[in-house]
Amino acid sequence: MKKLYYEMLRIRMVEEKLTEWYNAGLIKAPVHLSIGQEAVAVGVMAALKPQDKIVSTHRCHAHYLAKGGDLKKMMAEILGKATGCCKGKGGTMHLFDGEVGHIVSVPLVAASIPIAVGLALAAKMKGEDKIAVAFFGDGAVEEGIFWESINFASVHHLPVLFVCENNLYATHSHILQRQPSENIAARVNPHYINARRINNGNNVLQVMKVAKAKVELVRKGQPCFIEACTYRLREHWGVGEDWHLGYRSREEGEKWMEKSPLKQLEKVLIKRIGASKLQSEIIKIEDTIRVEIDEAEKFAFNSPPPPKEDLLSEVG
Amino acid sequence: MKTKNMTYKDASAEALLIAMEKDEEVFLIGEGVDNVGGIFGQVLPAYKKFGPSRMIDAPISENGLTGFCIGAALGGMRPVLIHQRNDFMLLAMDQMFNQAAELRYASGGRHKVPLTILSFVARRPGEGVTHSHSLQSIFAHFPGIKVGMPASAADAKGMLLRAIFDDDPVIILEHRHNPLYEQTGQVPEGYYETPLTAKIARRGKHLTVVTVSITLLDAMKARDELVQQGIFLEIIDLRWLRPIDVNPIVQSIRKTGRLLVVDTGWKSCSISSEIVALIAERAHGYLKSAPRRITLPDAPCPASQYLEPLYHPNPEMIVQTVEEMVGKN
Repeated sequence: MKKLYYEMLRIRMVEEKLTEWYNAGLIKAPVHLSIGQEAVAVGVMAALKPQDKIVSTHRCHAHYLAKGGDLKKMMAEILGKATGCCKGKGGTMHLFDGEVGHIVSVPLVAASIPIAVGLALAAKMKGEDKIAVAFFGDGAVEEGIFWESINFASVHHLPVLFVCENNLYATHSHILQRQPSENIAARVNPHYINARRINNGNNVLQVMKVAKAKVELVRKGQPCFIEACTYRLREHWGVGEDWHLGYRSREEGEKWMEKSPLKQLEKVLIKRIGASKLQSEIIKIEDTIRVEIDEAEKFAFNSPPPPKEDLLSEVG
Repeated sequence: MKTKNMTYKDASAEALLIAMEKDEEVFLIGEGVDNVGGIFGQVLPAYKKFGPSRMIDAPISENGLTGFCIGAALGGMRPVLIHQRNDFMLLAMDQMFNQAAELRYASGGRHKVPLTILSFVARRPGEGVTHSHSLQSIFAHFPGIKVGMPASAADAKGMLLRAIFDDDPVIILEHRHNPLYEQTGQVPEGYYETPLTAKIARRGKHLTVVTVSITLLDAMKARDELVQQGIFLEIIDLRWLRPIDVNPIVQSIRKTGRLLVVDTGWKSCSISSEIVALIAERAHGYLKSAPRRITLPDAPCPASQYLEPLYHPNPEMIVQTVEEMVGKN
């Protein structure tokens, strides 16, 4: 449980550091922060084995970190440096670290979902004990390729888990302007995909519990779908809040802030170990993370930019 | 090298079989790859040997299939995705070009996508607007993906093997129109690859004709006729549209001073535009007359059997254009 807290706090603190960078003008790219949605990445990843593979989207920082991606390489990539996980050519929306099983992040909505299906197909054909997991948002299920993907996974009994982070908004459009109901899992189930909606997707323990059960089925060749209801606390891209835009209310946001992943887990931990012990534990965890972030920041700042020749290298 | 006489179609079928024998990571996937038709019979030899475990009959999901293949390639496989017509590839543009073509670059070289997309250009009365496209030029627009169009039985085999064992994505567009698809030629036995180069199909001295795909056959016929008039065409079969092998064309223009490009696609923003532009840049001073192009007219393909034959380049058009270019008329 402490590990879950550490992982979620690490994501939060890294993104707060990125907020600082962004406000200081250091990030020349549209960052998409996961603040408020950390429980889904951390809860699902807690159910996976190291050899399992994941794919993600433009909002990929949480998945990258929760899967064990290298923080130094992440920070360098976001600054466009040669030492980044993609040598600076991928950027914030293409973060991935194949060495830890984060295979790709693709910012075109739903475009990475079939890639997870293909990874599962390869694992099945090779007889490997691996599953693939696709993370995506609620907007992705509006793309045809999502339905193509679940259809194929279902027909071929592929070891793939689909994880939909339903945060209610595709950029600034509410789900009910785009879909006939807020419940996505109900529409996935008829495709012979074992689908489950988690109403409180900010409860990391709940997410982990469901994910463990589904992963067990996936390993047996039953593709599964988890819809985790969550909420993006920052603007669609950028690091600020966006209540002033008027597409969603501050009141709605405040309800979700109360249900934020860290707060929910803190309540559980207080019951277990008491408030004062938790406070001192949190301080220790924060210190550890801060040291790691400082080191990674130093690494990223001191890293060289890519050489000019890299403009035309690795094209194919 | 030992060769045997076989058709373009059978040569391509043999490439699939050899690739699957050589590497167990090669598999075929596509709509109808394991059904009775067997993609015009082309996948049947491989299917007979390897069966459904390595031949996946796929749902009608072109974009999805491309993504599944990218994932499988990243998972260590070497997929061959077959679309029965290249028209259907328009449904897969996102996965082909936003993903497959760019992933190696976006990953700083950490990922490679050894994916082959094999498809066909059809040409027959009645096929109409959406079943007769020849879309090579838009596919060749994108860096990061190779595009080839074989115009002989030997290249149908060698280019497909080159594609399958390339570590980057490759599109191979075969031409299903007869006489090419059923045309026989000498094909080397066993495994071999066609290099990423253009081929000088015939030596000549008066005019350089660059052909794409089946237009090679039209140019060969035109050459035979023009020889009677003492005009000798040098014919270059482009073979690969990306990477484009421009040097032999430049060398040829230095000799002939005249360029005609014949393509199975449209003219605007096309491979024929590209070749003319490259020659303008690289061999302008050697040109004795303005380059010319014979392509599809700027219209979709009509279904009517009365109109369709007027649509495609033919040997007569080549003869007439050459005569105009060398001043015979």
